[in-house]
Amino acid sequence: MYPAMRSTSADVFRPTDARPAPGGNIGMLRWLQENLFSGWLNSYTSLVLIGFVLWVFPAVLNWLVLDATFAGDADTCRQNTGACWPFIVDKFPVLMVGVYPQELLWRPGVACLALLVLAAVTYTDRLKGAVLVVAWLLLPVFALIMIGGAFGMVEVEQSLWGGLMLSVLLALVGVIVSIPLGVLLALGRYYGSPLIKALCVGFIELVRGVPLITILFMASVMMPMFLPPEMVINNLMRIQIGMIFFSAAYMAEVVRGGLQAIPKGQTEASLALGVSPWKTIAFVVVPQALRHVLPPLIGRCIALFKDTSLVIIVGLLDFLGMIKNSAFDPEWLGFQKEAYFFAAFVYWLICYGLSLYGRALENRGASGARR
Amino acid sequence: MTTRIESQIAEDESVIEMRQVNKWYGNFHVLKDVSLSVKKGERIVICGPSGSGKSTLIRCINHLEEHQEGTITVNGTILNDKLKNITNIRREVGMVFQQFNLFPHMTILDNLCFAPVWARNMPRKEAEATACMYLERVGIAEQKDKYPGQLSGGQQQRVAIARSLCMSPSVMLFDEPTSALDPEMIKEVLDVMIELAESGMTMICVTHEMSFARLVADRVIFMDGGEIVEENTPDLFFDAPKIDRTQKFLSQILSH
Repeated sequence: MYPAMRSTSADVFRPTDARPAPGGNIGMLRWLQENLFSGWLNSYTSLVLIGFVLWVFPAVLNWLVLDATFAGDADTCRQNTGACWPFIVDKFPVLMVGVYPQELLWRPGVACLALLVLAAVTYTDRLKGAVLVVAWLLLPVFALIMIGGAFGMVEVEQSLWGGLMLSVLLALVGVIVSIPLGVLLALGRYYGSPLIKALCVGFIELVRGVPLITILFMASVMMPMFLPPEMVINNLMRIQIGMIFFSAAYMAEVVRGGLQAIPKGQTEASLALGVSPWKTIAFVVVPQALRHVLPPLIGRCIALFKDTSLVIIVGLLDFLGMIKNSAFDPEWLGFQKEAYFFAAFVYWLICYGLSLYGRALENRGASGARR
Repeated sequence: MTTRIESQIAEDESVIEMRQVNKWYGNFHVLKDVSLSVKKGERIVICGPSGSGKSTLIRCINHLEEHQEGTITVNGTILNDKLKNITNIRREVGMVFQQFNLFPHMTILDNLCFAPVWARNMPRKEAEATACMYLERVGIAEQKDKYPGQLSGGQQQRVAIARSLCMSPSVMLFDEPTSALDPEMIKEVLDVMIELAESGMTMICVTHEMSFARLVADRVIFMDGGEIVEENTPDLFFDAPKIDRTQKFLSQILSH
């Protein structure tokens, strides 16, 4: 290739033979040494923890799988020492949708599908921001219409709504209504006149100073006493309102953090262009603020979903309520462990899924628009 | 040095009139009886040590800062507390900032269309056409679908200039437009500003780029301690400053 170079053979580069890889730098042993046994304190902790896992793991495995019953009825289960999975299978429909009419199950199904599709579309970033916002705001309305029935569809009474469907619905409506409300509260607190600011701060601090259970009790028991008699709001709606208020107060504080992070130059640039203060806030400040606080916002969504399990105390049969009900079904007495294990598993699955989804959204945002 | 760019001043048309403007930050007197009249097509460079009030002065013109005494009139509109007046003036007055202040969550094209669409109710199509025209003019048309974070500082500042021009302002304010730039990017921004001057734009520039001042300025204003201390044509200002403070300042910035 380079004839001129080849001619000066004395200068030809001769590589020495490769040396063997140094021992103990790679592989499992090295990893163990670095991560588990890098000092006497670490070694000791590792041994204790490994011992604990080895001690507990067989028992868990036996109960979950090896000694468990996978087919049969309650009596088959009672003959085995392990978990009774037929119980969960038998109760599965009730746990998912409560006593919702079987022949109308396609309707919550469609609502659920809409949620998943919208989440997927949001991730792909194909639609414009404004379209997405409107679609998300309409989603709870769509879900309520599908589940409750309207426009000629058979009406399903709210007392029949239950199970995981109810939990998801409460969380979905709660999150989607409380985020805009939270944004308004945060804006009021950050930009408002003294009166508006005082009102917003008062609301936020009042709600944050009270446990959710108290709010739910007040919504369920006290709200009817103060409302005029002709204004009847059913129990589910009152609970939902209570959850929205609770969530909005926390969302407001999260969003405020985002508002504070927006440099003053951003608003100045928009105002200097002659854009009105309100449009500046709506199109320059809020979108950036929400992007900044996406991680804690997702965190609040997960927290709210888990908090829906508290509605059990005001008599709504959400997922956990149905779990509890099932555990005391005379036909399947004695299988509480399975019920609560399943509850924990489903909550974890959904919350972890939300967490992964949130992280995916963050990473997508980071690749493009961030400075 | 390049030959001076001749200005086309309309003697009878004044765009900005500031009379006896006073401003305080708390007890600190930032602007002291500042009076300034800018004619249509006139190019003014304001310089002075930091803290002398030069940024504050031009930020008062579009009410990013509020003045407490005196009157400011822009194109015949009096700047007062009325939001309508303020907004009208802001639409007439373009501003370019030291830190660019592009909107990081919008593409370059969206940055340019934002104000025409939302402040002038211009149809999106028309706004895009205008935006592309100005991007062409500042030489970054091919970057229109990128986000500001993907551009260099010099490119961002040129986008910021184009963004202001999209509102077809009658005056442009520049607040130290090259101070945050790496040295090799200063020229590309100054070239755009010079081109703008050639096109007859009325400009007020707070800058220490003295070559730019010599090239385009009709008047150079020197501020110190919140006052206009000296005001002259660039040649006389740089070659024969009248006042000690000006001489001292010039020796400081020209010595390096």
